[in-house]
Amino acid sequence: MALVAPADTRAAVDLALRGRKRDLGGMLFRFGLLATLLVALAVLVILLSTILVDAWPTLSERGLDFVKSDTSSLPSRAGVWQGLIGSMILVGFVAVFALPVGIAAAIYLQEYARDTRVNRLLITNIRNLAGVPSVVYGILGLVVFVQALRAITGPGSNSGKSYISGGLTLAVLVMPIVILITMEALRAVPRGIREGAYGVGATRWEVVRSHVLPYAAPGVFTGAILALARAFGETAPLLLVGSVTGYLSTPSGRTPLEIVQGPYTALPTQIFAWSKLPASEWQSNTAAAIIVLLTAILVVNFLAIVLRNRYERTW
Amino acid sequence: MALNATTRQPITLELMRGSPGRRRKERVVRGLFLAAALLGLLISVAIVLALAGQAIRWLLAIDLGWLWSEGWFPRADEFDLLTILAGTLMIAGIAMLVATPLGLGAAAYLSEYASPRTRRVLKPILETLASIPSVVLGYFALQWINPALVQKIFASAGTFNFLAAGLAVGILTVPLVASVAEDALHAVPGALREAAYGIGAKRKTVTTRVVFPSAVSGIVASLILGFSRAVGETMIVAIAAGATGGALRTFNPLERGTTMTGAISSLAIGSDRVRGSGFAFDSLYFVGLLLFVITFALNLVSERFVRRVRRQY
Repeated sequence: MALVAPADTRAAVDLALRGRKRDLGGMLFRFGLLATLLVALAVLVILLSTILVDAWPTLSERGLDFVKSDTSSLPSRAGVWQGLIGSMILVGFVAVFALPVGIAAAIYLQEYARDTRVNRLLITNIRNLAGVPSVVYGILGLVVFVQALRAITGPGSNSGKSYISGGLTLAVLVMPIVILITMEALRAVPRGIREGAYGVGATRWEVVRSHVLPYAAPGVFTGAILALARAFGETAPLLLVGSVTGYLSTPSGRTPLEIVQGPYTALPTQIFAWSKLPASEWQSNTAAAIIVLLTAILVVNFLAIVLRNRYERTW
Repeated sequence: MALNATTRQPITLELMRGSPGRRRKERVVRGLFLAAALLGLLISVAIVLALAGQAIRWLLAIDLGWLWSEGWFPRADEFDLLTILAGTLMIAGIAMLVATPLGLGAAAYLSEYASPRTRRVLKPILETLASIPSVVLGYFALQWINPALVQKIFASAGTFNFLAAGLAVGILTVPLVASVAEDALHAVPGALREAAYGIGAKRKTVTTRVVFPSAVSGIVASLILGFSRAVGETMIVAIAAGATGGALRTFNPLERGTTMTGAISSLAIGSDRVRGSGFAFDSLYFVGLLLFVITFALNLVSERFVRRVRRQY
């Protein structure tokens, strides 16, 4: 005879096990926790909608003209073109200097370095560097790139306050972050993959190049994109290394070297300068410039998240 | 190699080392990577040298009595340390009032309650929040948080005040606290949870009585890191706390004022470089050094806590 409990018996046992009351405290706790995430979501929505509403007068009246215009003291003619180009050049410096060096340093620390005192100190040091306030990197850039290396960074009348100084400062700022993210991605590659390569006689570099890096690439790539986005929105250090916040003239016909050694501006510092101007036209311009900045950053971040969700694997 | 076996050439040490070309390449690559890693150390040394030298020179040049006065007015040779320290503490304190519940709550939900699927929907909220530049949050503090929240509740609050700036810094800090705390909760072994479930504990009990206490070091680390981040935040303070020129010493979060970072940024953009007695601009190095030492110490402490979690499990 099969011992299958009738439905009502099962329900009675269930009830006895779970208790008669619903777990109200537990449910409240759960919703409390969920609410924290909903608050974060609400902040995001309010932030974006506030800025959109503020930006509307400028965006609807001027549209693309706002993006394509240069700096100006007249709110109706000022635009973000120079800032946008400036930020892109700065990010270019970061990509050229911080990414290769950061990734190489991470490979050393994760794949080559043995667990010695010195190496642990190196890693702790880098972790701490990632937590140093960005404005402190600004002071570093001011002392090293603007003042000490003036002859290289900007020998002209702008006395070292150039794309080179700004770009290198941001590169130094972002490098610890690149190192940490890359190390994380390398660490996630299982030992077996490496041992397989060693087993057929590969040298350490061959193991890294042919086995570890391909598997870690999505993580490294995502991290690199996020680091560049971070550099794109960074403001405080640029104020110290002399990003122009007012009117900037960019004469045409300069050589690339003259440009990167010349005065510069960036989108975030422009936003900062405008946000301090009281007139309502400037407020709308500020919001519109923020829209341009956020669009760039959010699109890039979205790409990074998609990329990660697509290629991320769990071992 | 097959040839070696048939001709019975003895296997020498030289043969076992492999080809000299490959070994040379290996050494070069290793050297390059090591150099890159050492650059990190170089940056730290450069920061310390850049700050310490100028800061000490400034300290020796000024009258130490200037460090205690009624406020922070670099042009008037008034460098009251208590003004910028109190401002910094107020900003960071208010920020942590926001970031602690929101960050830890979000971490607990994502780690203990969310299914992988809801996680994938909810996690990007924090990631998007983390990607918002601080200058944008500064604008948000000035144009929305202050008029729509702070001034509605406290009628006496002006256009610029610590409370609005601190709330915005708190929002900025939430993703950092959440991500470090979530890692800590994640590191608690599943067996501990299962043991608790096995004796009939509810999920809430497991979360608050088993998982949280086990991860306490990591949670403390997340809060210290969040605090350190809030101490170092510049742009929000520069925009929304009214950190231009100078500020009177105040302990009232509804008033305007400045912080360490605010003092640095206003020195950098202001015309203080030319005016004042010549000591104004260089005070930036001293404040920078102070900021660096404080955040570095906080980060070291948090690192210690994180390592404790790792050693435990």
